[in-house]
Amino acid sequence: MKLYVRYLSMLLKSQLQYRASFFMTAAGQFLVSFTAFLGVYFLFSRFHSVEGFSFPEVLICFSVMLTSFSVTECFARGFDAFPKLIRSGELDRILVRPKGVIFQVLTSQMEFTRIGRFLQAVLMLGYAVPNCGVVWTADKILTVVLMIIGGIAVFTSLFVLYAGISFFTIEGLEFMNIFTDGSREFGKYPLSVYGETVLKFFTYVIPTALVQYYPLLYLVGRSDDRRLMLLPLIGFVFFLPCYGFFRYGLRSYRSAGS
Amino acid sequence: MKQYLSFFRIRFLAGLQYRAAAWAGIATQYAWGGLTILLFRAFYQSGANSFPMEFRALSSYVWLQQAFLAMFMTWFYDNDIFDSITGGGVAYELCRPCDLYTMWFVKNMAIRLSRVVLRCVPVLAVAAVLPAPYGVSLPADGIAALLFPISLLLGFLVLIAFSMLIYLSAFYTLSPMGIRILATSVMEFFCGALVPIPFLPEWLQPVMYALPFASMQNTPFLIYTGHLSRTVALERMGLQLLWLLLLLAAGRLLVNDAQKRVTVQGG
Repeated sequence: MKLYVRYLSMLLKSQLQYRASFFMTAAGQFLVSFTAFLGVYFLFSRFHSVEGFSFPEVLICFSVMLTSFSVTECFARGFDAFPKLIRSGELDRILVRPKGVIFQVLTSQMEFTRIGRFLQAVLMLGYAVPNCGVVWTADKILTVVLMIIGGIAVFTSLFVLYAGISFFTIEGLEFMNIFTDGSREFGKYPLSVYGETVLKFFTYVIPTALVQYYPLLYLVGRSDDRRLMLLPLIGFVFFLPCYGFFRYGLRSYRSAGS
Repeated sequence: MKQYLSFFRIRFLAGLQYRAAAWAGIATQYAWGGLTILLFRAFYQSGANSFPMEFRALSSYVWLQQAFLAMFMTWFYDNDIFDSITGGGVAYELCRPCDLYTMWFVKNMAIRLSRVVLRCVPVLAVAAVLPAPYGVSLPADGIAALLFPISLLLGFLVLIAFSMLIYLSAFYTLSPMGIRILATSVMEFFCGALVPIPFLPEWLQPVMYALPFASMQNTPFLIYTGHLSRTVALERMGLQLLWLLLLLAAGRLLVNDAQKRVTVQGG
């Protein structure tokens, strides 16, 4: 853990060396998600509600997903860039070092410019929390916290799965974007708006809906079932098969040599 | 002329090699297009009267967007060009008896077109057989069918002419990442990739047409769907041509200035 903090501060310092570039990129990250927000805002100024969800309610959903995604992208960036580690042979160096693979991949890269996205998410949450008409009791606050933590777990699992697949193919990886970027992009809205089939897919195959749609139902008072609050924790269970697949890939990994 | 054609050919053929990537891309595009249409269906159900275009037209718009994504994607840049500017490799290119601007322009066209060629047919073929309001329909009428390819080409050239300015900015900043992401996010919104322009508020639309971005994918797709009347369509195409000429002129000025300032260190 101490070593992790050392790595963290080292990477942070090295990224802050190019200060202008760092802030420009962070501002760009902010702008990217800000335009996404504008898209939602303008659609709602035309239609007012979607599937019975109001603008502030959708914003809660949006900001939870964005928070989880930006935190994951910042700290688990190494898995996102994993195909590069394989291609460049850097993975061989990692394998001969006396530390866990996961630890080393996590510390190989971090993207602190994602602070831009994170900031946007926090601003939206700050707007939505007082405006969505929810009475903020302790368990409702806990629900939002669980949604965010569960979201981080799901996105991290997806990144690990992505890294696992890259042991077998590097070219065909683009389809994984459906799940990672797709969850972020389309998870702006509660996943029920896409109809039942999509909702089922994102419940049983990729558990994105478990961290946004179902707990949101409890949060905004559409359902009184308290169990919905705990569903985001299943995101952690999803990590197991993803990690298992990564292990499997790692075992069958053959280096291309020097 | 011949040299540029061969630059085009090399890049185009190289781009065609990535078949597996293309299939993965196509799968992504089905999912992306499908989910986008489902999202708009939900909005349609909550307020059909506020829907600014026919649902069929919207579906066509979304599928065209997916089919021609590689032509109009705003985030794609050829890293070789950035590397050659920041790394100094551009010195070799300047020694060649051909024009830097034209060469890079042609290379960009080739990479993007090679991707479109692999992807647009499968995407459109599946979108064509989807049930009625969700698939891609035929062009609105004969005129639209005639104007669409011309406008598509114009829009494509406008986009490349604009991205040339971003490439050339690397001569001045030497670290293009920041400008690149800023430009991408602005373009993504203002060209109608995020939300089609007719869905944005009335007051914002004139602003968008005063910028070059609306002349990229927006105009040809709206012409195809028949959202624009014939006179408006011709007007918008004139606007596309105007932006193309302006951006080409700006790129030209910038490249001349950059070539004067360029210093290459060491041998």
